[in-house]
Amino acid sequence: MLAYALATGVIFGLYFALVGVGMNLVFGVMRIVNLAHGDFIMLGAFAAFWLFRGMGLPAPVVVALCFGAFFLIGLPVYYALVPRLQRAAEPEMLSLILFFGLSQVIEAGVAMLFGNTERSIPSRLLGGGPVHLLGQTIPYAWFYAAGVSVVMMFGVYVYLYRTQLGRQTRAIMAQKQEAVAIGIDVHKISAIAFGIGTGLAATAGVFAPFMLGSFTPSIGVPLDLTSFAVVIIGSLGNPLGTVLGGMIFGVSLMLMRTYFSSFADLLPNLVLIGVLLIRPSGLLGKRVRHA
Amino acid sequence: MPKAFPREVAMVILPLLLLFAILPFVYDNGLLLLNFVVFLVLAQGLNLTYGFAGYLPFGYVGFFGAGAYGFSMLVTLAGAPPLLAVLGGGAAAVAIGLLLSPLLRLQGAYFGLASLAAAQALLQLIANPNLSDLTGGPYGVKLTLPYTPRLIYILALVILAVTMTLVAWLRHSRFGLQLKAARDNPIAASMAGIDIVRGRLVVWLASAVAAGLIGAVFAWRASTFFPEAVFDLNFSIFAIVFTLFGGAGTLAGPVFGVLLLYGLYNFIGVSAPQYFQLGFGLLIMLLVLFFPQGLAALFRRKGAA
Repeated sequence: MLAYALATGVIFGLYFALVGVGMNLVFGVMRIVNLAHGDFIMLGAFAAFWLFRGMGLPAPVVVALCFGAFFLIGLPVYYALVPRLQRAAEPEMLSLILFFGLSQVIEAGVAMLFGNTERSIPSRLLGGGPVHLLGQTIPYAWFYAAGVSVVMMFGVYVYLYRTQLGRQTRAIMAQKQEAVAIGIDVHKISAIAFGIGTGLAATAGVFAPFMLGSFTPSIGVPLDLTSFAVVIIGSLGNPLGTVLGGMIFGVSLMLMRTYFSSFADLLPNLVLIGVLLIRPSGLLGKRVRHA
Repeated sequence: MPKAFPREVAMVILPLLLLFAILPFVYDNGLLLLNFVVFLVLAQGLNLTYGFAGYLPFGYVGFFGAGAYGFSMLVTLAGAPPLLAVLGGGAAAVAIGLLLSPLLRLQGAYFGLASLAAAQALLQLIANPNLSDLTGGPYGVKLTLPYTPRLIYILALVILAVTMTLVAWLRHSRFGLQLKAARDNPIAASMAGIDIVRGRLVVWLASAVAAGLIGAVFAWRASTFFPEAVFDLNFSIFAIVFTLFGGAGTLAGPVFGVLLLYGLYNFIGVSAPQYFQLGFGLLIMLLVLFFPQGLAALFRRKGAA
């Protein structure tokens, strides 16, 4: 039981890291909370539903298509919303409301076009039988999702630490004013980061039907809270810390499901509050907030 | 501004109360009128914490739900008389507010999302099947109280009057000025000798008690409800948007926000919820992008020009 909970916890942890990393990248670069993140995940799930279940495209093609398409969708969304938002007095707080509005628009649009019915994709479509591990069976799809998460995380690492654009991205994360001063095109770099964020969200969405069992247009808001919890645990603004956050979150979620199943849903919320209060270093350590 | 406070009471609060006191005689949908008052209180309660302390609680509905459950648990478990139980609902919200007061250390988005997580956690706790004996769990609450809609409506108006008077007082008192100073520049304010932590705690608890009391009134009127109904995230969102739309920190702004937008909601939202959700989402986005200060700023700009 314990070993099984730990093993599935690691698998889900890797997946949750993929769920959260896009939100974290956007926060790190733009200092805004993208509450439409969960809705891009939901859109990715819909894309998988048609491309994968409907048209029968192979899974790697679906992943690549979703990432590419949502990367391109993210760019105009960035230019339409973020530069204007950042001119406001309190961009970080207003971003919550702005992107909540976007999330409502996406959710309503999808519900109007495709209805509110619950959809799912049979996990045998991903190929491979159930994997026997420690006397329990684990769907092959879970391993597949965890594998894709590892690949995507590695991709984020390579982008941030091994490319020119990534170096500029990290410069903006560290000190935006100085990045501007040395001639970095903040809007271009931020737009790319936003596009990567939406692309990663959609990629996570491709596997949402397998990992969550089913999906509806309204899964966005709970996924936002999960992403935020994962991101906070692994320290906000540091995309690779998300892997750690995802792991801690995944393992503790699986332990809760195994031993205190009826209280498992409480976990993301309690972890989020707990981490914010107990380890606020890097967030805000003092009794009085800074200006 | 010693005369500004009574002037605002006379110009905004009294006419509004008079309007809502007369409306039941000409319009017979009492439940809808009560809902208007509920949202007026929620918007003004949120205005207290957002307009004066700069905290935007996405989980504001947690206080509303705590009030509703504080009320109904006092009635079902302790057999308390409803009027006393309403006060108990307010006390439950204050207790939750005290429990969550460490969240005030956080700022901006962290605070918003942490308070949302807290409201969700409270809902999950109350709706937990293991606690059915205490809370009714996921099966909801059924109260058997005498049907007294008029008394409930008057009570709601009293709560509204008190909340709005508090907002008006904060706008023109020394304490309110200290809060605004603390919001705009906390370091300078604390160097000027303002006790920032205490001030914020006071408005936080005041806004909690407003939501808790009106939540109790809502529960009394509804009598039968599911946990999701009183912890519906839309209460928070509506209160935030109504307040922002009118202008946070003003007295009349949130009132206009509620009357216009909640009126619009009842006009189209009930029959076509998805069109409303779409329109509401677009409205929120336009509001943040083009009028982050709300309608009140629009009038102010016109007045200055």
